[in-house]
Amino acid sequence: MAGLGKEYKEGEVIVRQGETGNCMFVIQDGEVEAVAEANGKELRLRTMGPNEFFGEMALFENETRTATIRATRPTRILTIDKKNFLGGIHEDPSLAFRIVQTMSHRIRDLTDRLAKFEEGD
Amino acid sequence: MRMAEDLGLARDVGRKAQESQAWALQDGSRIAVIGAGPAGSMFSYFFLTMAETIGLDVGVDMYEPRRFCHRGPAGCNHCGGVVSETLIQRLATEGIMLPDSVVQRGIESYTLHMDVGDVEIATPLMEKRIAAIYRGNGPRQSVPLDTHSFDGYLLQLAEQKGARIISRLVTDVRREEDLMSVHCADQHCDQYELVVVASGVNSRLSEMLESQSHNFKRPARTKTFICEFHLGREVIRETFGPSMHVFLLDIPRLEFAALIPKGDYVTLCLLGDDIDDELMERFFSSPEVQNRFPGAIIPEHACHCYPRINIRAAVPAYGDRLVMIGDSGSTRLFKDGIGAAYKTAKAAAKTAVFHGVGAENFERHYAPLCQKINRDNQVGKFVFSVASLVQKARFARRGILHMTANEQKQTVSPRRMSDVLWDLFSGSESYTNVFLRTLHPAYIGSLLKNLVVGNLPGSAGRNAHSSSQENGHVQH
Ligand SMILES: Cc1cc2nc3c(=O)[nH]c(=O)nc-3n(C[C@H](O)[C@H](O)[C@H](O)COP(=O)(O)OP(=O)(O)OC[C@H]3O[C@@H](n4cnc5c(N)ncnc54)[C@H](O)[C@@H]3O)c2cc1C
Repeated sequence: MAGLGKEYKEGEVIVRQGETGNCMFVIQDGEVEAVAEANGKELRLRTMGPNEFFGEMALFENETRTATIRATRPTRILTIDKKNFLGGIHEDPSLAFRIVQTMSHRIRDLTDRLAKFEEGD
Repeated sequence: MRMAEDLGLARDVGRKAQESQAWALQDGSRIAVIGAGPAGSMFSYFFLTMAETIGLDVGVDMYEPRRFCHRGPAGCNHCGGVVSETLIQRLATEGIMLPDSVVQRGIESYTLHMDVGDVEIATPLMEKRIAAIYRGNGPRQSVPLDTHSFDGYLLQLAEQKGARIISRLVTDVRREEDLMSVHCADQHCDQYELVVVASGVNSRLSEMLESQSHNFKRPARTKTFICEFHLGREVIRETFGPSMHVFLLDIPRLEFAALIPKGDYVTLCLLGDDIDDELMERFFSSPEVQNRFPGAIIPEHACHCYPRINIRAAVPAYGDRLVMIGDSGSTRLFKDGIGAAYKTAKAAAKTAVFHGVGAENFERHYAPLCQKINRDNQVGKFVFSVASLVQKARFARRGILHMTANEQKQTVSPRRMSDVLWDLFSGSESYTNVFLRTLHPAYIGSLLKNLVVGNLPGSAGRNAHSSSQENGHVQH
């Protein structure tokens, strides 16, 4: 079959909250959902589709994964190694631009959500 | 054209500082990119992306007579079509995802074929991160499918960013007063603030530039061979799998030989010192190669070519308002040429957007990358000369086979030989990195042990006559 990356079935977990990781992922095809688990409940944070990435925090800090990522349908995902990524940034810092941009969008999104949540209180 | 004379390498620092503003591109400036192979398209794409982020409005004209939608040599930039693991990851990080119609096959292992046996080296992640692509729209006479040329896809990205495609062959580049002028075969002529030469080594343009400038040396090159075999998807899946097949054979002047499965075809790629009929004859008559094909019969090829490959960089690769990227400038020896095109294209684009288009700007911000590539190629030459010695020494091949096959059977221990071979075949790491890893005492110790064990009577490699398979070989 043509196409890059690894295939995941619907419902299959790609990363699990609380695990340590040393790579990030770029969705080639399909869709995933990010869910946070707390007190036995699942909160759906967002869904992501082709060309979007996740798991990038593991590249910058040695903390555990903050959410579980699951395929919502058959999905193909490419792994980006920490070594390759950080080596690339060392050679060419502009490689981090898109990630910084996306992280900034996500912070804005979370801030908006928090503001709405507090308004609702 | 005075290129080398204009480099300004000996200028004093005060003049540099003073001039840096003069070389900065302004709104309304124009750039010509000659050639829309990977280097030209990626330069245009990154240049226009970066210019947009800082609000710089510059026009980019890309000169390219080739139509990548054509089948056969007319639409093709002739190469093995392997996009390295490193480049796939870098492009994905940049937001460039190769569509399935461009990826003819995802490669997840390398199979090394030697007279002493075969061994398959699998990627540790069991994931397809190497792409087999067509540079054009597939071999001559191939049936039109839903496939897309790699070069065509990159060109489309550049076009979407705002580059203008000019379907003309450039015949001359001249310096005129403070600008550069580009002249085409049909008398078309235009002036630009910067000319980016990305015409590769299979064009007469660099010869023309060399004849006009006594200090400029175009890249040195050598003849290679590529052909396509039509075997059909099913046969390829059964006999080749998602694996690239690499041959380490005792054939003088042959540095690298590989069969790369793609869609309905398998691409053969022979690299070395001036590949000729005699060398090809020896290659095709070796049992290791014949046994790769169904019934050990090598079919007629559907398409073939003898492209040149860059084996030494252009010097210098820049001047005032002029820069050479990809194969026209510096590239990696025999490996990951598309990856080098990406790196040089992006470095030249960053220099032009953020620093300026003078020789000193390129010297400071672009030349270090070229020098790094060139230095690494020196190590690469040494690595290939060691590989040539291994090609001649059967006991060494047995040791390598034994060590790799054992590593492939284990899941946890370090796979030192497998990793070295993987990075060497795939071009994922620099030659320097690969070489330094072979100096590790654990690698040397393990190799010595395997040289002994692999040559003991009764070992698999020892009993092999032709194309036998080590246990590490995974059947598809
Ligand atoms: C046999 C062989 C196998 C290879 N295998 C691989 C591989 O598997 N993986 C890999 O990464 N690299 C491989 N390479 C190297 C790779 O092909 C090159 O490094 C890569 O194509 C360089 O890209 P480029 O854009 O610099 O030049 P090119 O790809 O050569 O593109 C140059 C472009 O300029 C255009 N052009 C030329 N002259 C003019 C002109 N006068 N006016 C206008 N346009 C012009 C051409 O039409 C062409 O489109 C291989 C090379 C060879 C020879």
